Amino acid sequence: MAEEVKMLKVTIDNIPVEVPQGSTILQAARLIGGDVAPPAMCYYSKLKGSGGKCRTCLVEVSKGSTADPRPMPKLVASCRTGVMDGMEVKNITSDRVLDARNGVVEFLLINHPLDCPICDQAGECHLQDLSYVHGKEGTRYEFHRRTFDKHDLGPYIQLHMTRCILCYRCVQTAEQVTDGRAHGVLGRGDHAEIATYIEKALDNDFIGNVIDVCPVGALTDRTFRFKNRVWFTKPVDAHRDCPTCKGRVTLWQRGEEVLRVTARKDQWGEVEDWICNTCRFEKKKASDWIVEGPSKVDRHSVISQGHYVGLQRPTEIFSAVHDGRSPKLLMDIHSISEVNRPEVALSAIPGPATSATFDTDKKS
Amino acid sequence: MGRKLLLEKADIPGIRSYNVYRQHGGYAAVEKALRMTPEEVVEEVKKSGLRGRGGAGFPTGMKWSFLAKPAGVPRYLVCNADESEPGTFKDRYLMEFLPHLLIEGLIAASWALGSHRTYIYIRGEYAWIVDILDQAIAEANAHGWLGKNILGSGFDCQIYVQRGAGAYICGEETALIESLEGKRGNPRIKPPFPAVKGLWDCPTVVNNVETLAAVVPILQLGGEEYAKTGIGKSTGTKLISACGNINRPGVYEIDMTISVEEFIYSDEYCGGIAGGKRLKACIPGGSSVPILPANLLLRTAKGEKRMMTYESLSDGGFQTGSMMGSGGFIVLDEDQCVVRHTLTLARFYRHESCGQCSPCREGTGWMEKILHRMEHGKGRMEDIDLLWDIQRRIEGNTICPLGDAAAWPVAAAIRHFRDEFAWHVTAPEECLRRNYGLAQYADELVSA
Repeated sequence: MAEEVKMLKVTIDNIPVEVPQGSTILQAARLIGGDVAPPAMCYYSKLKGSGGKCRTCLVEVSKGSTADPRPMPKLVASCRTGVMDGMEVKNITSDRVLDARNGVVEFLLINHPLDCPICDQAGECHLQDLSYVHGKEGTRYEFHRRTFDKHDLGPYIQLHMTRCILCYRCVQTAEQVTDGRAHGVLGRGDHAEIATYIEKALDNDFIGNVIDVCPVGALTDRTFRFKNRVWFTKPVDAHRDCPTCKGRVTLWQRGEEVLRVTARKDQWGEVEDWICNTCRFEKKKASDWIVEGPSKVDRHSVISQGHYVGLQRPTEIFSAVHDGRSPKLLMDIHSISEVNRPEVALSAIPGPATSATFDTDKKS
Repeated sequence: MGRKLLLEKADIPGIRSYNVYRQHGGYAAVEKALRMTPEEVVEEVKKSGLRGRGGAGFPTGMKWSFLAKPAGVPRYLVCNADESEPGTFKDRYLMEFLPHLLIEGLIAASWALGSHRTYIYIRGEYAWIVDILDQAIAEANAHGWLGKNILGSGFDCQIYVQRGAGAYICGEETALIESLEGKRGNPRIKPPFPAVKGLWDCPTVVNNVETLAAVVPILQLGGEEYAKTGIGKSTGTKLISACGNINRPGVYEIDMTISVEEFIYSDEYCGGIAGGKRLKACIPGGSSVPILPANLLLRTAKGEKRMMTYESLSDGGFQTGSMMGSGGFIVLDEDQCVVRHTLTLARFYRHESCGQCSPCREGTGWMEKILHRMEHGKGRMEDIDLLWDIQRRIEGNTICPLGDAAAWPVAAAIRHFRDEFAWHVTAPEECLRRNYGLAQYADELVSA
């Protein structure tokens, strides 16, 4: 007979929840969900020993437990701190936590290149989400950012170390999912880098999963690089009969074309099943897959843009903002703009348009 | 003359060899310990009030009694000889001149904790000391103090010396354990503490060299007798490695009953400030602890004389006090620039951050860059507040104490020497030309 698991009562942001013994604060908070769940950049529930490094999930423990009600003096990493019976935790209700988290975001961004416009991860990047929620618009950092050269780790994966936040997830994935890890962390401090020791290729049937676990755009899929923006592609759930893995994937399509294959991710952005390299990199035809239907995308995600669900269209927009008055004058900005030159027929000029094309005053 | 418990035999010629050490009463503590039960040895150490000499000052007896003792699982004792704190060089002295004292303490402590395999994790740069320790261990083995069935007690113990690869972070106990296991020296997330899950997931005690050496006089004298030296909870003697602008830098054993003033100006110890200059500031416990200006160093905020004890040095918290730390006593005279000094420390911590958790990895580099800018005449007034904000967000938010150690010196320098930072902003050319700091903080009263 299995031993009965003791349930512990814990209160997070004044919301009580019961979790089995051995759970962490983060797991308890994820049971409640919503804003109460702290963000996690390095913790990954499928990877043993992950977490504790990024410090974004710091929370305040205002009451240790029923037996020992003393509060914990420091903020603790919720992903690695176990719950005690009667524990009271403050996440978004604590100013200390929000301030510390704001600091962590600032620290994470000072050496991040912020090249989102040319980054393949943009749109599904955890660091982007984190910065939008907890960061500030400006930066106080005025020095050169640390940069690295890009490296191809074999035919499928590219490492762009400049973007890396050293979460160690890919190292743990390689250690726990594949046999024989060929990459790790070299160096120390802000010059530490993820690397294979002297330019080796990562070669393993399941190594493609490091792309999925990467919270930022440091590890990207070379078969997808610069092909499209993720929010222009449509995710659909699909499967195939794969001899090496379960074959349950998400296809990212534009029209009929399959641009990218990834593992299916849950609401915390974690993969549900590890998939093999063949599924991920080789099967790029819709006919290889049995499509199940559109993937569920969070309403707040940029990927769901254009797919309006439950939208209320504004009616009578002018009168609404003008206290019921209608506009007196409507202007076509093209007709008055100094920048736009409707008289220049772009189809008539040879080659791409340059600034000289619009420099009509000097020419004529 | 203060009482010496650790270094009393250091001047005997040839004390490094086993025969001379034995002739002068060496290894008597092991003989005594093996006649006691392990619990009695722990009890003696508890009675002695010995506090960890590595920096944190945690009571050693208490730490030993926390060691989990599940059946069938080995327990380990690890000696932390990774002495890398800038300004601290007391363990080097102890191991270099009295290697057998450490071995003796280690055998007694291993008996108390039930460790059959005991490790000395030594900093990689101390290569020549590795040879000294290996020699001492070989001699102890040859004379039956190590190996199987020591002195017929049935207790087996062997000591191994492991060299580190030169990382400051490996002096942190969990990083040390990782490194000892052959992994990258990243600190572990606590809990679980090493007393429950340490080396190879077995219960482990990590102690500083000086702490383990102090077990020898405790056993020889008895815990209560040992505790008679010192004031209050600061019992016994402490090795202080004094350096900086003083006449007599070196390692001194103090019995924690003298005042800071006496320690700096007495001819027996530091012998006053070099070149007849005035005292400006001092870091009393190794680079990580807060710096104190002369007035707060010699007297506490309450106006009492500051003593060389754990309690007195930390009197007033971080607002007006500092810490005993590891005993790296760094003295700055009136010509030293606090901004430059803080930059040097910030550069050290940036270089030594392991890069595991983000506040420390990114924050230490950022602080260094700002301090570098200030020191080189490009600083702005906002930078002072920015530095304060960065250190505040590093402190307490990291996995291991390195983040705190990087934040405290910056915080203390701004707290006590804000004018000097401002002077670097308002008069950058003068700062660059004169190349030293403001003398206004120097102590007028005790000038030579």
